[in-house]
Amino acid sequence: MQPIRPSTRRHTLDAGAPARYWSGMGNGNDVIFGGETVGCVRGARRVFDGVSFELNSGDALVLVGPNGSGKSSLLRLMAGLAAPAGGAIRWDGADISEDRQAHAARTHYVGHATGTKPALTASEDLAFWSAFRLSEDTAAEDRALDHFGLSGRARFPVRFLSSGQKRRLALARLLAAPALLWLLDEPTVGLDSQGQRALEAAIDRHRAGGGIVVLASHVAVDLEAAARELDLADFRPTGGGHADTDWREPGS
Amino acid sequence: MKGFMAIIRRELKLALRQGSDAAIALMFFVVVVALFPLGVGPEPGVLERISGGVVWIGALLAAMLSLDRLFQSEYEDGSLDLLVMAPWPLELMVLAKCLSHWLVTGLPIMLISPLLGLLLHMDSGAYAALLAAMALGTPVLSLIGAVGASLVLGARRAGVLVSLLVLPLTVPVLIFGVAAVEAAAIGQSPYPHLLLLGALLLAAIPLCPWAAAAALRQAAA
Repeated sequence: MQPIRPSTRRHTLDAGAPARYWSGMGNGNDVIFGGETVGCVRGARRVFDGVSFELNSGDALVLVGPNGSGKSSLLRLMAGLAAPAGGAIRWDGADISEDRQAHAARTHYVGHATGTKPALTASEDLAFWSAFRLSEDTAAEDRALDHFGLSGRARFPVRFLSSGQKRRLALARLLAAPALLWLLDEPTVGLDSQGQRALEAAIDRHRAGGGIVVLASHVAVDLEAAARELDLADFRPTGGGHADTDWREPGS
Repeated sequence: MKGFMAIIRRELKLALRQGSDAAIALMFFVVVVALFPLGVGPEPGVLERISGGVVWIGALLAAMLSLDRLFQSEYEDGSLDLLVMAPWPLELMVLAKCLSHWLVTGLPIMLISPLLGLLLHMDSGAYAALLAAMALGTPVLSLIGAVGASLVLGARRAGVLVSLLVLPLTVPVLIFGVAAVEAAAIGQSPYPHLLLLGALLLAAIPLCPWAAAAALRQAAA
């Protein structure tokens, strides 16, 4: 069995020049991914209101706030999975809902649930997602498993992996198929310190290559370049946050 | 196309490794049809008369059994979010899911149906029509079923609900499927009925993935 030691691989990974995902990025001034006064409603409750953010190539944004403040909801809005209740989220000036497919192609979303299939092996699961995302580079899958210390587990069915290893497998998708925008919802849950360092290294490298990262985390993530912080507790709607009075069953 | 094939490969792998879903549908089909001779008595004339309808109703019910798993496990384990974020049309993703569902349940049902016809003394002239009608009809069941399965995501008792939603919509398949078999059994041409089944399939191929994709986007939001 191969010990899980992502930190030893990190340097070989970082040795090459960081991959540039998009040649048009890099003047550092244009807002590539931005939100204007974004609001969110979950079940008749206004979760937050008036959230604005601007992210350029290489930026990272850390979402903080107490439970229920809408970190996951904001990430889902950014992913285009849900539509904001107010305001707009734009990529390069165009609303992301205009071309959902193009937004999906440039976005990696890693949510709470890992979406791994117990009956597939780790490498099959990863190979499926990178083929699904139309990646041509099959060597990237091995590198991704290696980076997250899973190469010794590549042929194990996912049901024999621990929850931390499943999390690593979900994170390996980030490296297996390239995408500019990473949206990570509590990516450190279940990760040990080596796994967290592997994640931090992956984020650093992604940003160095011009990628954008938004992550929600309760754990301090140690990044090379400074990341901005967005505290969603500051965007609580006034008046207790209820759109009407209390939560009601829709239609009642 | 690469993503399309990736989904089909994954679904077939999953079905082979945790084969219970497909096997249960097939066994259910056999058991339901085998109950009829016990229920209505062994007179060949009676069984021969109802054989087409019994086989088709058995196939409909069996196809319903596995429908709720079509997207439910994806919904539960979080991969639905990632599937909805496909960098290619979501409708094609649904079509790939339907095709793999058909390969896993519809195709075995189709292949075993002549055997069950034999059990019911089906007229020997009707087997070819039965196979042809099943080949055209069972994919429609998977396609309509996908719409139902994506609409009930997140509902309690989704398996029952999806059957209630989908079974009424499959009535045209049942009518023309049975009509094709019975026409062949009495020596008439089954082609008009088969052509109508083919028309149903051609309508379902673009419409059902479109509707199911819209429902999946709602389920993920």
